[in-house]
Amino acid sequence: MKLWEIAHARTGDKGNISNISLIVHCINDFELIKEKVTIDRLKEWYGNQVKGEIIRYEIPQLGALNFVMYEALNGGVTNSTALDKHGKTLGAQLLNMTID
Amino acid sequence: MKKIRIGSGAGYAGDRLEPALELLKKGNLDYICFEGLAERTIALAQKEKKEDPTKGYNELLLYRMKQVLPLALKHNVTIITNMGAANPISAMEDIGKMAQEMNLSNLKIAAVTGDDIHENIKDYLDLPILETGKPLNTLKNQIISANAYLGCDGIVTALKNGANVIITGRVADPSLFLAPMIHEFGWRSTQKELWGTGSLVGHLLECAGQVCGGYFADPVKKEVPELWNLGFPFVEIDSNGKGYISKLEDAGGMVTKATCTEQLLYEIHDPENYITPDCIADFSKVNFTTKKKDVVYFDGATSKVATETFKVSVGYKNGFIGEGEISYGGANCLKRALLAKEIVEKRLALLPYTILDLRLDLIGINSLLPNQKLTNEPNEVRLRVAGKTKHKIEAQQIANEVETLYTNGPSGGGGATKKVSEIVAIASILVPKKDIRISIDYTSI
Repeated sequence: MKLWEIAHARTGDKGNISNISLIVHCINDFELIKEKVTIDRLKEWYGNQVKGEIIRYEIPQLGALNFVMYEALNGGVTNSTALDKHGKTLGAQLLNMTID
Repeated sequence: MKKIRIGSGAGYAGDRLEPALELLKKGNLDYICFEGLAERTIALAQKEKKEDPTKGYNELLLYRMKQVLPLALKHNVTIITNMGAANPISAMEDIGKMAQEMNLSNLKIAAVTGDDIHENIKDYLDLPILETGKPLNTLKNQIISANAYLGCDGIVTALKNGANVIITGRVADPSLFLAPMIHEFGWRSTQKELWGTGSLVGHLLECAGQVCGGYFADPVKKEVPELWNLGFPFVEIDSNGKGYISKLEDAGGMVTKATCTEQLLYEIHDPENYITPDCIADFSKVNFTTKKKDVVYFDGATSKVATETFKVSVGYKNGFIGEGEISYGGANCLKRALLAKEIVEKRLALLPYTILDLRLDLIGINSLLPNQKLTNEPNEVRLRVAGKTKHKIEAQQIANEVETLYTNGPSGGGGATKKVSEIVAIASILVPKKDIRISIDYTSI
């Protein structure tokens, strides 16, 4: 199953840091994403897009995880040569992740 | 119990105006806040002000105010905006002149300044840059601006003094919204839940349409009704900090627990410690309850005492970016695009200067996330090449090496574009709050 089936995401940027919220449509699925969408899985998923560490925060009453990814935006919006300098498209990439 | 309504009139510098006008007409608002100052916008505005001392405020500000002021006066709505950017004083004067020409009256316009500390930057060269840890000194000769993220204080004072249009420079986005709550309800900073709730409201509203279903829709899975007619949000809040986020009934979009949750976490790192100039907001226990369609109540926010420092955005020149794009379509287009990429890469490698962060991406394949597998055969693909150089002429050469593929590259390249831009980058430092003096100027009409 793709994460897109059970969750939605929004991406924001501050400097060279990207944060992606991952929010379940149905609160019953929160434990599942908590178990499956780990920091290690994210590191693997984003590969060399994310050069720094990743921190995960949990907001259980809202069924949400918040991933904070350091050195993730090619220097950040003011310095990057990327097409999507804010990295706004990164969250939807996560929704392509398959979980069992 | 006293209640107020605050609308959100813009979520960024170039935002749509029509939803703000609708809110003014039908929203029964007391205040409307226009947020329009991203991290880098102020540095670009400072550059503009240097070239012309009467400029440097948001280029759409007069266009907006021409339509906003008559409605705000008619419905008794106070306007707060950080679109004064690098030049709130000129913005105030120009709005004043325009209002006189429009035969408007009963306006007291305030300009809140003090955020611009460029003059004193030499005192802070030893401070570490938050993004890199290196001392600010390393950028010494490239710095063009320095602006502190002020909190709500200056705006609150202007409101106390009867201003009904308040123009600021660099003020933190949530502070624009917190200010009227502090002014109307007399909340003290020791009232942790109230300051936290006010900051929460500001954070939810600061991106305007984004809490109403903008930046949200994903067909089938997340349908948003009439997104084309997206409305902007407002809050109705009472002096105990109880309230809800909503939109006009006849506006498109929607306000739901899901739209509020996405916006709550937007550009937030640790939800327990969201540092604003006014407090350290704690959103970790926030919850949302939908009482009826498009009416979402919030609770659970609190805060801790503010830090002793202001974050300061230091703008600095950092060379140039050159970018060029060209498209390939039809049979075997992917291979031709890959050949084009290889050609540009080899030609750029011959240039006698350093290109930093060089990217050669295929739009439609791997321009948004690197290392994607090239398995599919698209019907069209676009090569994008971008790199950073020290001098403008070098950046132009990068862009040109894409355009010249027309006659010096693979078959059937079309739609080439090129662009060269000067990089104004941002470095952040933390400056003691006691060093900053806020001033307020007024004009009455």
